[in-house]
Amino acid sequence: MKELILLAVGSAIVNNVVLSQFLGLCPFLGVSKKTETAAGMGGAVIFVITIASFVTSLIYKFILAPTGFTYLQTIVFILVIAALVQFVEMFLKKNVKSLYNSLGVYLPLITTNCAVLGVALKNVTNGYNILECVIYGFGTAVGFAVAIVILAGIREKIEYNDIPEAFKGSAIVLVTAGLMAIAFFGFSGVI
Amino acid sequence: MMEKNTPVERLYNGIIKENPTVVLFLGMCPTLAVTTSAINGLGMGLSTTVVLTMSNMMISALRNIIPDRVRMPAYIVIVASFVTMVQFLVQGFVPSLYASLGIYIPLIVVNCIILGRAESYASKNKVLPSIFDGLGMGFGFTIALTILGLIREILGAGQAFGHQLLPLADSATGKMGYTPITIFILAPGAFFVLALLVAIMNVVRKKAEEKGKPLPPAQGCLAGDCAGCSASSMCTGKSSVSTVSAATSEADGKEEK
Repeated sequence: MKELILLAVGSAIVNNVVLSQFLGLCPFLGVSKKTETAAGMGGAVIFVITIASFVTSLIYKFILAPTGFTYLQTIVFILVIAALVQFVEMFLKKNVKSLYNSLGVYLPLITTNCAVLGVALKNVTNGYNILECVIYGFGTAVGFAVAIVILAGIREKIEYNDIPEAFKGSAIVLVTAGLMAIAFFGFSGVI
Repeated sequence: MMEKNTPVERLYNGIIKENPTVVLFLGMCPTLAVTTSAINGLGMGLSTTVVLTMSNMMISALRNIIPDRVRMPAYIVIVASFVTMVQFLVQGFVPSLYASLGIYIPLIVVNCIILGRAESYASKNKVLPSIFDGLGMGFGFTIALTILGLIREILGAGQAFGHQLLPLADSATGKMGYTPITIFILAPGAFFVLALLVAIMNVVRKKAEEKGKPLPPAQGCLAGDCAGCSASSMCTGKSSVSTVSAATSEADGKEEK
């Protein structure tokens, strides 16, 4: 139990997926203008990564590993993730309307988000069992959600600041992300 | 003006005019992650170049065979196959590079540049120009990554390609020398170097516009919203989503009948 909690905290904060591993930068920079949309994106990412890491670890454990086709993992994972996201979208649209209304628009944006594939591949290289895969995926996604919501909050504040002409737009966002990365560096002593 | 679609024009286009990293801002994940040293940037750039050239060639050769509705999954399978091959080649022949690049080699699959070129160039052009388009874009990416890696390595460790360029200071013996700004080879340094690059390009872009020769617009996520990027259908799989939803709505219609 203790290891699982450490795994979750470690993946969420210490090895933050965007700020120290640079996975999922596209939505991190693209969908962080407003706190609400950032929170929606974060929720969708938590949802998709948790399910995707569960499904890909099942496929790896019960199909790829026993048949010796582990070298196909990249191809299989990317197709499974793409299909899974569309399936989840259709399922939510038909059955869980309220969740679809809040997350639906973000789901297609995550299909080939590198964080999803990155987590699936990391699960394999780290040799996690299925429970650990789900916890690691969930923790990583929570880390993404925390980072994108913080960045959106900061971006809302700096919108009215006097920024040098050349740094307007994405440059100042990158500087902000760099400062956040320094802050998150402070957590590396925690575990 | 150079003639369109000749090998030389394609190489010039990829390396200078539409450099994927510096001008278009595509493929930022690997750019930030692997440029901790020049050699890592070079290795990543060359691996991507191989995948890009091979997949451009294959997609261009199959462009009249692949049905339009399933082209995205087909492209992804082609790219993923080449990525897997490159992964094993690097693992087998350059194990040290494989150890330092790690998970970012399989992640070449989701690099925007590759599916972007497949969709916007290789699927519409003949095989030979497509190969050179892949080479040009790949070399442009490689050069940008190597230079970024070199800057970070020099500032962060005083080294270039693993060789000590600047003699390091040693406070114990009182030796004068360079004190490395270690943060540049850590994660935050990547953001700062890229922020500077974007700021410089903002100035260059403005100057070019004043001269009446505007640069091609940035396409990637840095240009603002992901959905606004011209390659968004590739990055986000939107086109395949719409075909799937079209297929399901057709199926729904049949059920109703």
